Amino acid sequence: MYDIGTVYEPKTVEEAVRMRCEHPQAVIIAGGSDVLIKIREGKLAGADLISIFGLDELRGVHMEEDGTLVIGSLTSFAHITADPLIREHIGVLGEAVDMVGGPQIRAIGTIGGNTCNGVTSADSASTLFAWDAIIELTGPEGIRRMPIRDFYLSAGKVDLREGELQTSIRIPRKAWEGYKGFYIKYGMRRAMEIATTGCSVNVKLSEDKKTLEDLRIAFGVAGPVPRRAESTENTFRGQALTASLPGEIGKAVLADVQPRDSWRASKDLRLHLCSTMAERAFREAVSRSGGEL
Amino acid sequence: MSQYKLVTCRINGKERSAMVDVRASLADMLRNEYSLTSVKKGCEVGECGACAVIIDGECYNSCIYLAIWADGKEIETVEGLVGPDGELSDLQQAFVEETAIQCGFCTPGFLMEAECFLRRGEIYTDEELRKLLSGHLCRCTGYDNILRAVKKTMLQRNQ
Amino acid sequence: MVVGKSIIRPDSLDKAAGRTKYTDDLCDRNALVAKICHSTVTHALVKSIDTSEAEKIPGVVKILTCFDAPERTFPTAGHPWSTEPEHQDISDRHVLEKHVRYYGDDVAAVIAETEVAAVQAVRALKVEYEELPFVLDPQEAMKEGAPLLHEEFPGNVLKHTEIHKGNVEEAIKEPGLICVDGWYETPTVQHCHIENATCFAWEEGGRVHVTSSTQIPHITRRCIAQALGVPWGQVRLVKPYIGGGFGNKQDALYEPLCAWLTTQVGGRLVRLECQREETFANCRVRHAIRYHITSWLRPDGTLVARKADCWSNQGAYASHGHSICAKGMGSIPQLYPCENIDVRGWTVFTNIQVGGAMRGYGMPQAVFAMESHTEDIVQRLGLDPLAYRRAHLMQKGYFDPFSKNELYADSFNQTLDVGSEYIDFERKYKEYQHQTGDIRRGVGVAVLWYNTAVWPISLETSACRMVMNQDGSIQLQVGETEIGQGADTAFAQMAAETLGIPFEMVHVVSCQDTDVTPYGTGAYASRQTYAAGMAIRGCAEEFKRHILEVAYRYTRMQPYLMDIQDAKIIRTTDGRVLMGLGELATTVLYDLDHNEHLTMEKSTQIKTNAYSFGCCFAEVEVDIPMCQVKVLDIINVHDAGRIVNPALARAQVQGGMSMGIGYALAEKMLYDPKTGRLLNGNLLDYKLSTFMDHPNLEVRFVENSEPTSAYGTKALGEPPVVPVAPAIRNAILNATGVACHEIPMRPHLLYQEFTRKGLI
Repeated sequence: MYDIGTVYEPKTVEEAVRMRCEHPQAVIIAGGSDVLIKIREGKLAGADLISIFGLDELRGVHMEEDGTLVIGSLTSFAHITADPLIREHIGVLGEAVDMVGGPQIRAIGTIGGNTCNGVTSADSASTLFAWDAIIELTGPEGIRRMPIRDFYLSAGKVDLREGELQTSIRIPRKAWEGYKGFYIKYGMRRAMEIATTGCSVNVKLSEDKKTLEDLRIAFGVAGPVPRRAESTENTFRGQALTASLPGEIGKAVLADVQPRDSWRASKDLRLHLCSTMAERAFREAVSRSGGEL
Repeated sequence: MSQYKLVTCRINGKERSAMVDVRASLADMLRNEYSLTSVKKGCEVGECGACAVIIDGECYNSCIYLAIWADGKEIETVEGLVGPDGELSDLQQAFVEETAIQCGFCTPGFLMEAECFLRRGEIYTDEELRKLLSGHLCRCTGYDNILRAVKKTMLQRNQ
Repeated sequence: MVVGKSIIRPDSLDKAAGRTKYTDDLCDRNALVAKICHSTVTHALVKSIDTSEAEKIPGVVKILTCFDAPERTFPTAGHPWSTEPEHQDISDRHVLEKHVRYYGDDVAAVIAETEVAAVQAVRALKVEYEELPFVLDPQEAMKEGAPLLHEEFPGNVLKHTEIHKGNVEEAIKEPGLICVDGWYETPTVQHCHIENATCFAWEEGGRVHVTSSTQIPHITRRCIAQALGVPWGQVRLVKPYIGGGFGNKQDALYEPLCAWLTTQVGGRLVRLECQREETFANCRVRHAIRYHITSWLRPDGTLVARKADCWSNQGAYASHGHSICAKGMGSIPQLYPCENIDVRGWTVFTNIQVGGAMRGYGMPQAVFAMESHTEDIVQRLGLDPLAYRRAHLMQKGYFDPFSKNELYADSFNQTLDVGSEYIDFERKYKEYQHQTGDIRRGVGVAVLWYNTAVWPISLETSACRMVMNQDGSIQLQVGETEIGQGADTAFAQMAAETLGIPFEMVHVVSCQDTDVTPYGTGAYASRQTYAAGMAIRGCAEEFKRHILEVAYRYTRMQPYLMDIQDAKIIRTTDGRVLMGLGELATTVLYDLDHNEHLTMEKSTQIKTNAYSFGCCFAEVEVDIPMCQVKVLDIINVHDAGRIVNPALARAQVQGGMSMGIGYALAEKMLYDPKTGRLLNGNLLDYKLSTFMDHPNLEVRFVENSEPTSAYGTKALGEPPVVPVAPAIRNAILNATGVACHEIPMRPHLLYQEFTRKGLI
């Protein structure tokens, strides 16, 4: 039995927004794999909940006419991995969320919850950063959209304002078309794990597969929030593919990351891993794109 | 004041209703309201998998699933795998025959997980099976015999 | 023959059906709920506890603090009691503590009508502490001026023992000796049985009744009575099926507190269920033991002298105390015999949680140190790891004057033969020695040393009762407990074999109840088939004799002319079936002239012990830049004497290997050096192996029947975990040239080691 106050169960997004406004103290619960644990730990003991679990309109993946992929915020990790659109266009996202916890967590955990709790270790977040994802929020004033990197404010804090809830995650055509990627989750075991650190790399090669037209490198647990390795991306964008490129990228990302010491891993270990993961993920992403190094 | 809600769902094929405290987990409801004690509590935070049940064809940890969410759902527990005359299912029988059960506390969770994905009728490699079962912790068996039991059932069902 | 067959364990049918009832399944849903207030400081005196806010919470029935608790102390270790005060376990626990000695110590308890009310009330308690300095490391704790945990133990030393043989100082004067010196560090780890520690208690008929998930019903009952200060017969303990123990439940955990709580609410039913976090932070752990071993050798590898010192981190309270450290130490002069040897061990109180029994009982630590050190010797002297072990391990015929143990078989060579052939050790070891590149492979070997049961350190006893039904089937009762390992099935096989009835006709009373179960000390020391086996055979033979005497009345045949086979009384001279056993049991039970209920009970004291040896071979792949190790293949080979049930034995070995892999690579309780708090006390942050963390686990047996054992058996429950960590450690050494001196060999450690070696 959880130490919960009142549970509100909206039937529609509009009702959810209204309840958010009426009960600003209440916490949104989506799949519960995060909120219920915080209640049990005491961090959210006695909290009132707005359960959006039943808002099936927020589940599922579809593509808009302009080629934007739209992932309903309540879509579970398991459904994302299995979704044909995800597999075809942004398969690496399906692969990344297939590394969250274990199968039952992937059945209940939602991509909206994973991004709204603001943690840097979320497997979906670093990959969404590497897809230039857009977060869609619905509030009393209507819909607000912003790039995912603006959504994350600080550790555990996202730009979710009073009355709002996250309703979808959007990946525009220009962000996915022509890109292939690879995600490496670094954990201390091979399942039931939170990333010690993680790296997601997307690349776009020229038609002749000789030039790196674009690359996006994102990290989890390399700072208080997920982050992109911008200076590395700027340095290597447009370069010819050479055998030494992965190693150079691995070294370069060290300037872009700021992991910290914690009991889970030292800063030095995390730095070393960021470098190794960037090198390996880049190598795999190029290989998936048909390039040779 | 406690808040209650009428939760109506199908449990192991039978329609059931109960007024449930909104603070209850599905594991609480199944154990306390319906005495389905195969649903085991090992961690209550979704880390061990002992409380896993099938809900509308997907396997969930019932400890981190609110009982009120079960309204209108189809729920299956290990008690529901047993036949009308108490006979074990092929999967349960395989667990027995392959010595996949020692203390037995994790067993119900493994059974529900395996039952859930075996119904898809696909053939999986050992690596895939290990991943499909990786949300359940067992400290007695080293997992080997559980893998054998699930694999044996999979191959029998897909003959 | 029933013994030796892979008979399906009967309890697995109910377990598969979800019907088996464990402790919490049996507790009335309306029981009062008890929750413990754990200290949020590591070392302190409780000054006051303000319960006023907590009292106001609806549903709270009673709040009891350390100031309400009896001053009386009690011991908790799952050891047989000793009538000699100097051999009794240290009695240092109160049901609630005013002197907090570790982060999470129990300072108060709330009894409430609901779980939520109890949890809320615990949060509402205001505890005022006078904080004291604390110490987490045993060697630091022994230093002058270190914080003192127990006044009766100066220097925090619970106990210090030494073993000496020959003269090390003289022996090492020999010219030309090579000195190999190493430190070997093992971590504090946890059992992680999937069923948490849980119990409930009530009063009835003027006695306290407790149902608990324990490995040691009779011992826990005694500890409860000691805690309550009542005659031991005033307490009854019931043990249903339990969801794993691995030694954690070989200790009185919260049964004494729960029993005391029921006495404080008029005997109402009180349920005390540990949460997973409490099972981690407040139950027992395997001791972290640090070994320092120095060996002096001739260039050919002959061991001339050896010194070994060890420090065992006992944590806050005595529990099993020095016996764990001592068991490990005791193996050192024996495993690689040496004429000149000094071994010294200290068990030291510190401000971490309490060390108790855990699978292996001091041997995983000792064997990690010894087998790592042996590999360091092999490397230093440029010798072959297998040949060195074969030449210097204790040999067939070895006799230990203290335990009177004798190595009757060539166990080490035989098991090494099987394991090395399986893994193709000789070839791979050489092939893997000089690799380059990021991904490298290695093979490693380690042996294991274990002795069965507890004689002559303490009493070894088992009692057995057989009660015959009208159909000739029997109820079999022993005090040794089924904890998941399959003991009941093995016991039934033994009884069936000796009594001459089919396996199906032996009904093991699995649930121990101290009111009715014959005295036996429980599941520990891998003694089940050895100790209970002797009681079962003794009882069954006597029962059979008696049954044949009774049969004489009806068959007119002399008892010595008859036998029981397949539940029939037969005449041995011609094999004729004289009557069915069921017919006999029914006839005699309802006989108007000579009625008798056929039963037999026998108590057996055991004054022997048996070596149980074997080895592990592992093959690993090391990803150097990622600082990760993957176990590719692993085999354990055991000489556990005769195997009663090969399928169950194999399964049990696999569980131990899995635990050993976690010990080698991932598991470690982490304590915050600043606060003393356990950092990773949950199943997510504590990295026990998942389904994806190891390969198939290969198991083989070499069956040399143990001459001292009723059914030829000896220890198998604990030994499998023992050799795994050093085998993996030695495989990593073969792959990379890096010799780790610490487990677990997590990426954290490998990163440091690989950096130091210049590999990354």
